[in-house]
Amino acid sequence: MSIDKNQVKKVAKLSRISLDDKNLESLSNDLASILKFVEQLNKLDTNNVKPLNSIVDKSLEPRKDKVNDGKIKEEILKNSPDKNEDFFVVPKVVE
Amino acid sequence: MSDLNQNTLSQIANLIKTKKISSLEVTKFFIKNIEKAKKLNSFITTCFEKSLKNAKNFDSKKNYNGLLPGIPLAVKDLFCTKNIKTTAGSKILENFTPSYESSVTNNLWSEGAIILGKLNCDEFAMGSSNETSYFGNAINPIGKNLVPGGSSGGSASALAANLTPATIGTDTGGSIRQPASFTGTVGLKPTYGLCSRWGIVAFASSLDQAGPMTKNVEDCALLLEAMSGYDPKDSTSINKKKEQYSKNLNENVKGLKIGIPKEYRIDNMPKEIDNIWNKGIDILKKSGATIVDISLPHTNYALPTYYIVAPAEASSNLARYDGVKYGYRSKKGKNLIEMYENTRGEGFGREVKRRVLIGTYVLSSGYYDAYYLKAQKVRKLIKNDFDESFKKVDAILTPSTPSSAFKFGEKTNDPISMYLNDIFTVPVNLAGIPAISIPGGLDSKGYPMGLQLIAKALDEQTILNIALTMEKAINFKNSIDRWWEK
Repeated sequence: MSIDKNQVKKVAKLSRISLDDKNLESLSNDLASILKFVEQLNKLDTNNVKPLNSIVDKSLEPRKDKVNDGKIKEEILKNSPDKNEDFFVVPKVVE
Repeated sequence: MSDLNQNTLSQIANLIKTKKISSLEVTKFFIKNIEKAKKLNSFITTCFEKSLKNAKNFDSKKNYNGLLPGIPLAVKDLFCTKNIKTTAGSKILENFTPSYESSVTNNLWSEGAIILGKLNCDEFAMGSSNETSYFGNAINPIGKNLVPGGSSGGSASALAANLTPATIGTDTGGSIRQPASFTGTVGLKPTYGLCSRWGIVAFASSLDQAGPMTKNVEDCALLLEAMSGYDPKDSTSINKKKEQYSKNLNENVKGLKIGIPKEYRIDNMPKEIDNIWNKGIDILKKSGATIVDISLPHTNYALPTYYIVAPAEASSNLARYDGVKYGYRSKKGKNLIEMYENTRGEGFGREVKRRVLIGTYVLSSGYYDAYYLKAQKVRKLIKNDFDESFKKVDAILTPSTPSSAFKFGEKTNDPISMYLNDIFTVPVNLAGIPAISIPGGLDSKGYPMGLQLIAKALDEQTILNIALTMEKAINFKNSIDRWWEK
């Protein structure tokens, strides 16, 4: 499997990353060589191997469903690039 | 003012405890060193006013109960620090000031430490040379044109130049051990889950671990003890009693079995690396350890596995940078989607884009099984290799890196050649086990080369003890002439 420019364009769209033509071209080359590199794994037969889903031997611990913070509205809004009263402001979504 | 350039973290802690020196004096000493070292570009942010205030505060209270009494420390800029800018080396977080403190840094301050500032790193910890940082290259004190390694490059640079008595970094594929190796310092990647990930800017959540970077093994044990511990805020944090690594540190390695994996003798590895490895083996033999040849048959597959798993997790983790709640926002874009795309297009650097794109691709419909699932299976095989080996041996000795520090620009055009730097460090992250890098010696150019000791999960004490024994025998001396002060 190799990756072409159109596929990179599609992946960039999925990733929400804008790319100009020059970057698209050079990143496509990078991605193709990285994919070629990782495809070495195909040399291994893994049909009877269970995937490793967690590196720690424990199941997630349940905890009480209890509020332990809150009233930090100002702290949450503090770093927003654009806000209005209690809201994050974004470009118009509905025409 | 006394010259603390030759003192270790443990020694300074004792000087403060025995009232030979005040925290304020120590803090002023390191601030002066930092101010004289602008050329190294190790820092992204300094907060000297706060450091001095905290030091004065410590001296007036004299609370010596902590492990790090009044010790000034700089940390990698990947740890969120309350009311101090945290950038992760990225333009997208250039003006981000967290309103909370990471658990690991919180542990340090609880033990009495004082913050000096935030250290340069590769953008989102993605890199092996610190060259992907939006804030420019951090320089290796060993030589003006040399990379300090990465991603904890600023940390290694600041430590080797004595701009901080010790520091902490994060290690996802070698980001503590490789820069430690490149700068002649000690760095430890703990067992996954030993140090809390809460409040660390996430890169690849199943691989990321914070760890100590220090001048010697004794300091490493002390700092690991201070920073580790169970944290209910991190769901993968291991719930167990805190270990006393410093107290239990000893040089008895008699009877220990040390594995030498044949797969780490790779083609084209400089002869000098082989030599320091063999020297390390001799030291262990002389100290009464038994050397055992072992095999980790899937070693060659670790890097390709890593370059599927890590980007996949990164692409998910970095989805949060959308220019809405915090971080950089592009002024271009007619609608919400275009705003997202331009924000991320302008805010992320090239290496981060590469990895987000790769990650999105390997997780995308139709490719998931071929790449991501395959990688998770191979990851299991790599973990099995280690599990099998640790039935036979107590620790494994390898080189830390396949070369010593390289020059700026030497590997930036070819991502794969950069990735190959982590060939000896990545398997450890995939298996979730601990490893330490200690200086093994200098090559003919006078550049440091590291040796790596690997243990089974939660057996940090064993590799600390072996490292202490080897450190004494190697008696490594860095040749740094403080050229940046001239």
